[in-house]
Amino acid sequence: MDLTIIIFLLGGLFLGWSLGANDAANVFGTAVGTRMIRFKTAAIVCSVFVILGAIISGGGTTETLGKLGAINALPGAFAACVAAGISVYMMTKFGLPVSTTQAIVGAIVGWNLYTGSTTNVKVLITILSTWILCPIIAGLIAMFFYIITKKFIQNSKLHILRLDAYTRLALLLAGAFGAYSLGANNIANVMGVFVPISPFTDISIMNLFIFSSKEQLFLLGGIAIAFGVFTYSKRVMFTIGSDLLKLSPVSAFIVVISHSIVLFLFASQGISDFLQSINLPSIPLVPVSSSQAVVGGVIGIGLLKGGKEVQWSIAGKISLGWFTLPVIAAFISFLILFILQNILNLTVSF
Amino acid sequence: MFGLKNNSLFGDTKKLEREIDEFVDILSEVGLVFKSIIPTYLNHSANGKFEEMVDRVKEMESKADKITKEVEHTLYEETLIPDARSDVLRLLEHLDEVIGMYQGNCYHFSIQKPDFPKEFHQDLIELTNTVVNCVEALCLTVRSFFRGIQSVRDNAHKVTFYEKESDIKFSALARKIFDSELSLDKKMHLRYFVEKIDRICDQAEDIADEIQIYAIKRSI
Repeated sequence: MDLTIIIFLLGGLFLGWSLGANDAANVFGTAVGTRMIRFKTAAIVCSVFVILGAIISGGGTTETLGKLGAINALPGAFAACVAAGISVYMMTKFGLPVSTTQAIVGAIVGWNLYTGSTTNVKVLITILSTWILCPIIAGLIAMFFYIITKKFIQNSKLHILRLDAYTRLALLLAGAFGAYSLGANNIANVMGVFVPISPFTDISIMNLFIFSSKEQLFLLGGIAIAFGVFTYSKRVMFTIGSDLLKLSPVSAFIVVISHSIVLFLFASQGISDFLQSINLPSIPLVPVSSSQAVVGGVIGIGLLKGGKEVQWSIAGKISLGWFTLPVIAAFISFLILFILQNILNLTVSF
Repeated sequence: MFGLKNNSLFGDTKKLEREIDEFVDILSEVGLVFKSIIPTYLNHSANGKFEEMVDRVKEMESKADKITKEVEHTLYEETLIPDARSDVLRLLEHLDEVIGMYQGNCYHFSIQKPDFPKEFHQDLIELTNTVVNCVEALCLTVRSFFRGIQSVRDNAHKVTFYEKESDIKFSALARKIFDSELSLDKKMHLRYFVEKIDRICDQAEDIADEIQIYAIKRSI
């Protein structure tokens, strides 16, 4: 493989690394931060399931991003990824719970604007509406789970120690599901822009199945996410678990499972097809923000408890992120594309 | 797995549950023995049996100490209930103090041999019964904290009720002692014993209050 291709792919891998470092904390942060699960256990489970989710179910959301703007040159894809990475880093510095999803969408629109390609407005509106829906649905699911979990605990009269053991197991299973959903839903952010221009070729494994070039890209992206989990997520997990969200382990489980369901809903081709088959509106397969799904879940529980614990400033910051991050990412993407094309003389689109 | 040094998550949990249950059983049993110790002491003819009962309390106290240490070790070594660990350990230590207070009372009776005139016997037995009932209510509060926090408040309320009863009985008996024809040194000596028994209830009430706070913290 050409060295330049590897360099360009590094843009996506960097984004994958930052996704692993930050978003894995949403899945296992509270469990690790409250010492319910060891970091090593969390990191292994998270990495394995992120990779599985990316390879098995990552196709749907990637297709949607492809419809928004089909970046057709490697330097263009590189510019989009780097722009997304930089803008996420900037917003994180301001303490905003942003996501790679919003950044990559902004960056793709930036590429569209720079290259004069048309942006599919219908797809853009679908994506924007899912961002608003994501925390709301997560909040509603968290409310539902909170009510039934509370009832279950009250009626079962479980010993505090038995409840602790079950909660650990539940956190681990919900975390595995969350990691799978994260991989399935967010791999598009990391590798989606490279799919149309994948440098890999399909590999037939013992004539039993074909390991497609897209799956190879997703595996690479998944490994980058796993690398981020192992190298940098520990600190973020302890911050989430002990500072940001003061949740009981049971509430933490509810938040994680709600977040995982939402991410899975927006990534599952099967559920989407099923809803369509029974004449219900299908769920658009769109990469959504895991951070905002978590915050949605926390707000849902907070509202059930009377609303006093809800930090409305965070809710305000989320909605600010919906608009500012894509704009910033689009602007940076535009700037990087200009540099690549006019200073480095690289082709950013065909 | 799960942050444990070994994989016996549910095995350790069951063992600890048993130990905590056993600890509360001991607290309750010590109270029941104490309930019969006082009438036995007052009935001078059965002094051999009284010493036997004191030894039994001593044995139970040592067993409770051993369980507290084991629970403490397991909770910390296996990082169990990280969010409530310190509360549970503080609770067990304070409950252990109640057992210690029972034992202390037994020793003081055994060593100092206070001479309670017959007219005070019934009052002293009634005060003891109220104190033991108070600790029994505390045992229920403790069990509900571990198994069903929604009943903590009801049981803690019973502890408060018995504590007030005990205060009334203590005041009445102390008044009766000081109104009697006994010499001041004897009056002071008897008051010391009555007060020491009543203090068990104060400790029980403090623990019940603590448990109510822990229960609020435990709500999901």
